[in-house]
Amino acid sequence: MADISVLIGGKAGDGISQAGQVTGSVFSSLGYHVYQYVDYPSLIRGGHNFCIIRAAELPITAFRSRFDVIIAFDQQTVDLHGDSLSDNGIIIYDSGRVKAEGQGIPLSQIISMHQGLPVMGNTAMISALLRVLGIPWDLAEPVLRRKMPKSTEKNLDIAHAAWNILTPKQDLVVPGGGPRPFLSGNEWIALGLLAGGLDAYIAYPMTPSSGILHFLASVKEETGIQVYHPESEIAVILMALGFSYAGKKAAVGTSGGGFCLMTEGLSLAGQAEIPIVIVVSQRTGPSTGLPTYTAQSDLLFIRHAGQGEFPRWIAAPATPEEAMFLGAEAIRIAWEFQVPAFILTDKTFSEGLFTGSPDLPDPKPHELKAPVFPYSRYMDQPDGISPLLSPPHPGEIIKVNSYTHDFEGITSEDPEITNTMAEKRRRKEEALKEQSDRPENVIISGDERSPVCIIAWGSVRGQVSEFAKNHSIRLVSPLILEPFPVNAFKTALDGVTRIIIAEESATGQIDKILMEHGIVPDKLILRYDGRPSAIEELEEQVRREL
Amino acid sequence: MNPDATLISDTKNTWCPGCGNFSIQHAFKNVIEEFEKEGIPREKFVLVSGIGCHAKIVDYFRLNSFYSLHGRTIPVATGIKMANPELKVICFAGDGDLYAEGLDHLIHAAKRNIDITVICHNNRVYGLTTGQYTPTSPYGYRGRSTPEGIHEYPLNIIEMVLGSGATFVARAYSRNIPLLKRIMHDAISHPGFAHIDVLQICATFFNVTSFYDEHVYETSEVNVTQFEMACRTGQQWNYSDPGPIPLGIFYKTIRSSLPEKREQKKVDRMKSIQDILTGHS
Repeated sequence: MADISVLIGGKAGDGISQAGQVTGSVFSSLGYHVYQYVDYPSLIRGGHNFCIIRAAELPITAFRSRFDVIIAFDQQTVDLHGDSLSDNGIIIYDSGRVKAEGQGIPLSQIISMHQGLPVMGNTAMISALLRVLGIPWDLAEPVLRRKMPKSTEKNLDIAHAAWNILTPKQDLVVPGGGPRPFLSGNEWIALGLLAGGLDAYIAYPMTPSSGILHFLASVKEETGIQVYHPESEIAVILMALGFSYAGKKAAVGTSGGGFCLMTEGLSLAGQAEIPIVIVVSQRTGPSTGLPTYTAQSDLLFIRHAGQGEFPRWIAAPATPEEAMFLGAEAIRIAWEFQVPAFILTDKTFSEGLFTGSPDLPDPKPHELKAPVFPYSRYMDQPDGISPLLSPPHPGEIIKVNSYTHDFEGITSEDPEITNTMAEKRRRKEEALKEQSDRPENVIISGDERSPVCIIAWGSVRGQVSEFAKNHSIRLVSPLILEPFPVNAFKTALDGVTRIIIAEESATGQIDKILMEHGIVPDKLILRYDGRPSAIEELEEQVRREL
Repeated sequence: MNPDATLISDTKNTWCPGCGNFSIQHAFKNVIEEFEKEGIPREKFVLVSGIGCHAKIVDYFRLNSFYSLHGRTIPVATGIKMANPELKVICFAGDGDLYAEGLDHLIHAAKRNIDITVICHNNRVYGLTTGQYTPTSPYGYRGRSTPEGIHEYPLNIIEMVLGSGATFVARAYSRNIPLLKRIMHDAISHPGFAHIDVLQICATFFNVTSFYDEHVYETSEVNVTQFEMACRTGQQWNYSDPGPIPLGIFYKTIRSSLPEKREQKKVDRMKSIQDILTGHS
């Protein structure tokens, strides 16, 4: 099975991420499944950026620690990553800027010979990569042509010039059958929101969630949604609640710091029972932390945020198909149950790129209760869920309220009404639990009968799923984190005698949730330097615990 | 809740006797009745309140309402208006609420000229939390959080709102109900961001009725479209020192507003998702 890893490195401003994306698309066109990890510091120009593109014949969601090809736009790429070159690996480098052993290309010379732009160095490097991998020109040329819609002929001349300098070092199989859609985790989530019936997306820019804002703003016309960027995250969530009250399906997106500002609005949504979808993409904290690096350390914060007690729903995707499904599902849950529904993700997943299924998602239909007239916004119901109605509705008055309120939405400090409303929210939580505690919300893979179990969620599951089977480990992962699918999870653990948890936090978070339900882990493997683990790194840590 | 002939709900009113809120409620009731006569049905109105004595007004009206958070009327109202431009969205806010906790929203709402109306119940004191100073309390005001008196001058809200780009700026007084009604009606009819600063007394913590009665006057509205004139009118009183207190519409102009008028195109959502997937392959 072909499984190839390429690292592209250079200075911020060299267009490394773009070069990676085109390279990934090229592999996808050849029929490969592709995963791309992007690593960049929080600055606009000058620092060291790199991306890792991995292509394989099966779906993948993580990167390897060794590279078959390193493409070096600068010396630092060779100095920092040269040791990770695999035994038969090769370095392709800009011979004008970099000293290395491998195959050099005089980028500036080629570009000036063809009167090209500096950014066309990317074209030369990608062409060189395809040459070294042994892809024939008659396969490479149409792919490059499709990926270079601007100055196509000039780009192709440059590609061909680079091609002619190098000699093939490998004979890569071409699986065929591509291309598959190649999008970032943020974009896969956004597509899910769209499939779920999103009407409006409101956000303030914050890494690593901004990709959703940018993507949805770029497709708002053809998808018929509104996208708005207001003055702060406080305004973001309150505007979204305004949209929701007026009958539009609204979602917001942010990272931990922005979500801190949203918590008063979150609690308002809980009290006033206004549906909303919130995407939180975690980065390394506390506070500003590492803005462009990853973490899973906001799970307990998201689970408990907001004053008072109210139900919420939290889902954590690890694959593009899950992201699309859960994006749509979050909208269904939020509107059917009138609760805040979260997509909890992280930088690794949000800004990673994945090939995924080209098939349209098949979201579950929304089953909203029909309003009863005369209308009371908070009409009592056995499951605690009152029918929704939005203004204007002739002859009816629709009142929502952040205070404790009666069935009509009028403020009340009556102890009986206070109890009734608290119990109404509790009954909604029970109804929500019934939805989440289902076998499909707990992913089991690897060696499904093994007594040794590893528990991971979100992007870390993507890393574990690549090696669990090789070591006869059972991988158990909750897709829904709140309400926690307790019974389904315990069933998935049937026969397990040893539990290892892998998580990107310093103190352990999911273990606290598991222990609430009497599931006691034997070992925590924690990582908190902001970097996701290569498959082999985590595999080695797990192997030592077996 | 079933609406009946009266707009006033049967919820027990808990404002203090003599509170300026009663006049604002009365004036607003008359304005809604006028709009109904003009053909705008009452279900098209949505009231948004913050938190404070003023905010109880939404419980007292048989109208659609969103009882929001302290300082947050404007973003809620903005979302409602953008979701459904047919609705008439009116914020009732307090001076602590709007000018302290939620000041950034006011500035940005004026800047983006969102087509909503903001009515500030400006009694220049926190009532519900028992008498602390607000951004419009006079210099030297002694409250429970500032027993030695405050050493800062109040914000001149009129200047600030004008400077932020509001396209309708007015000041009213709760004891001049005909003027208050006229301003409310014009503000709600205005296609853009309309701000009304309503001076009212707090019967319990800041009763300055005789001061207002002595100093207020109705300003001429002949030059209402001239920005410089509006600024000068606004500068006649700094919310602190004794001086003439102009009332009326200070500024009114038309500028591009939100929500933008755009045609609703029919889209096939699933087809557009399919096209995006294909386009990224």
